[in-house]
Amino acid sequence: MADKRLGRSLGKFFDERFLLSDLSAFAKKKTVPEHKHSFWYFFGGISLFLVGLQIATGLLLLLHYVPSIDGAHESIQVIMSQVKFGWLIRSVHSWSANILIGVLFVHMFSTYFLKAYRKPRELTWMSGFFLLILFMAFGFSGYLLPWNELSYFATRVGTDIAGSLPLIGGWLKELILGGPDVSQATLSRFFWFHVAVLPVVALAVIGVHIVLVQTLGMSKPIGIKETKDVPFFPDFIYKDALGWTLILVLIGVVCVFLPWEVGTKADPLAPTPLGIKPEWYFTFMFTTLKLIPAHVLSIEGEQLAILGFLAGGLFWLLVPFLDRRAAREKRSPAFTWVGVFVAAYIVVMTVITYAVKKL
Amino acid sequence: MKRQTIAPLLVLLGLGLPAAAAAQGKSCLDCHVQLEDELKAPATAFSQDVHGQFGLGCQDCHGGNPASDDVDKAKDKTFKGVPKRDRIPEFCGGCHADAAKMRGFNPSLRIDQLDQYWTSRHGQRLKAGDTKVAVCTDCHGVHGIQTAKFPKSMTFPWNIPQTCGRCHADQTLMASYNLPAGQLEDYKASVHARALVEKKDLSAPTCNDCHGNHGAFPPEAGSVGGVCRQCHPSAGELFAKSPHKKAFVEIEAGECEACHGNHKIDRPTNALIGSAEGSACVQCHEPGSKGLAAAAELRTLLDAFESGTAAAENLLNLADRKGVEVSEVRFKLQDVHTTLVSAKNLTHGLDVGELRITIGDGEKALAEVDLAGQSALAEARSRLRGLIVATFCLVLVAIALAFKVRRLKTAKNGPQR
Repeated sequence: MADKRLGRSLGKFFDERFLLSDLSAFAKKKTVPEHKHSFWYFFGGISLFLVGLQIATGLLLLLHYVPSIDGAHESIQVIMSQVKFGWLIRSVHSWSANILIGVLFVHMFSTYFLKAYRKPRELTWMSGFFLLILFMAFGFSGYLLPWNELSYFATRVGTDIAGSLPLIGGWLKELILGGPDVSQATLSRFFWFHVAVLPVVALAVIGVHIVLVQTLGMSKPIGIKETKDVPFFPDFIYKDALGWTLILVLIGVVCVFLPWEVGTKADPLAPTPLGIKPEWYFTFMFTTLKLIPAHVLSIEGEQLAILGFLAGGLFWLLVPFLDRRAAREKRSPAFTWVGVFVAAYIVVMTVITYAVKKL
Repeated sequence: MKRQTIAPLLVLLGLGLPAAAAAQGKSCLDCHVQLEDELKAPATAFSQDVHGQFGLGCQDCHGGNPASDDVDKAKDKTFKGVPKRDRIPEFCGGCHADAAKMRGFNPSLRIDQLDQYWTSRHGQRLKAGDTKVAVCTDCHGVHGIQTAKFPKSMTFPWNIPQTCGRCHADQTLMASYNLPAGQLEDYKASVHARALVEKKDLSAPTCNDCHGNHGAFPPEAGSVGGVCRQCHPSAGELFAKSPHKKAFVEIEAGECEACHGNHKIDRPTNALIGSAEGSACVQCHEPGSKGLAAAAELRTLLDAFESGTAAAENLLNLADRKGVEVSEVRFKLQDVHTTLVSAKNLTHGLDVGELRITIGDGEKALAEVDLAGQSALAEARSRLRGLIVATFCLVLVAIALAFKVRRLKTAKNGPQR
């Protein structure tokens, strides 16, 4: 009896301070449209779950990781071989980071093809696109941290690409590297960026994205008339939790059978190994740069490709404002075909990277 | 009008070109480059020649006056032409044996090549009137001579076997000297050639490292050991203290060569020692002899240690394949490998006691590796068990959630019929 009274008092205490009854009322009232394409909604929830895993495992890795060129690789070895469950924590961190990027791509393209970016969800789309860029930056900066041969040379290749940007290339490369080449300064910068700057920015953008999703609700695809609304809580949450559980099983299996490798310690004096390539989600850009002719109409090929990607990214970001038909709830096949082309291009270029030995 | 003025000027300039070249002192090249075959070859090859890179011209070896575009005047009284084959060593030695001349180009280059050459079998036979033997140009080329540091040079380490083989792998030529012609093929099959050609290890020996270069001579039985000790001093020291040393001198056997061969030196394995057929020991030791019993004991000790090392390596590979990080233990295994190499080397000293001590130390390290390997495998099994339990629990949760979702759906839609 006294317990119940104490519980009620505590509940009231927090309710008055955090407005919990308002939140609870909102959660009870919130619904999600259900139709034949509802399956694609779950990728947003899975992304959020994977971000949570990233934060939890990343914080644990920070306990043992040493961000110096003399200690980084050794500390990863210690984590993988001596720290209790260190192998699991690091493998979950690395595998879930890669799965997260894949899920984000799926989430983005499903949103694009369902035209969920149309008014009033332009900012939801834009914040989502920024999140993809931010998580790719997470991937790029995190890849160098183990200071192994592959990550060292892939960073060198990646920053060389940034260096070939017109006008600002040289300055940008030096800013990223903290000097003329990949060194301790680079590792310190990447570590700072990976564990301090990006998390703060990403959490802020995730916050904006979630607030927008919650306040504006989920979009119904154009032309879908037969829909019904299901409560967000608990119906949708249960389905989300089912997806998270299955993803967790998948991560557990890959971590046990394919723990993330430590690799050979980076040797800056060694020659660049043959066939060095960046992480898979950058390979479509990397292969484009490799395949493009040295000069296209007297413009340097690499620069043209980079400018093309920048222009493409800008188009992708602004697509809610460009697709006027979708904004008027009309089908926009031209934008659908653009999306098909972009998705096919990314898949084909990625496959070429791994299938063609001598690029 | 303008075109009419320029055309005759261009013709005049064209006609004037040989004269201009002569004025620059390169009329030899300008004429020879227009000739054919063997007369053209020197002019085209000379662009790559190290002498040209030092600013030397045709006249520095062949004499003559390259400033003249008249053939007769160019071949003036200083013109030496092509030296006779038996005069080539002296021809090159004119500069290369002259410290004062060489100082101006490369003061660190040795100037005793000519003296060495006359001590070589090649030089001795040339003096005796045999012009088929190698002279400077056979090994260094003629007009495209490059330094031994240049990878395409005929005297760069990995090109030397082919350079020597041009004569020494020629059966007809070698038959006239009653010499075998299989050395090149034998060398190509050796551990040394594999290191030099496949691994690009420039410290691996090629022909001249054992036979000398300008003073090339086959090593005598008594000097073979000295030749091998240039790179294998430890094996040489152990051998010198062993009972074999005296015995080999008595029977006039080449120290290293008697067991390892000469040009076709295989990667030494344990099969080289012991009492079994195919070992080097049975060549001299009688069955049932004390020497052969000692050889058998050495073999047993090495075989046991080597198979233990291989088993430990397999264990670590297995743990690695199962996803357990074992790179730190591999460092320990590296120590074991080093001990194995030392143990094999100790066989040159024939001291069974010393070998036992070394292998004993190695086995202690091996036991640590084995323990770490077993523990890594146990870790792999434990991970698998953990995965099975966790997956089972998660699948149960997933099934429960699926049922819950279905129940919620049914409750809203009413029971399905």
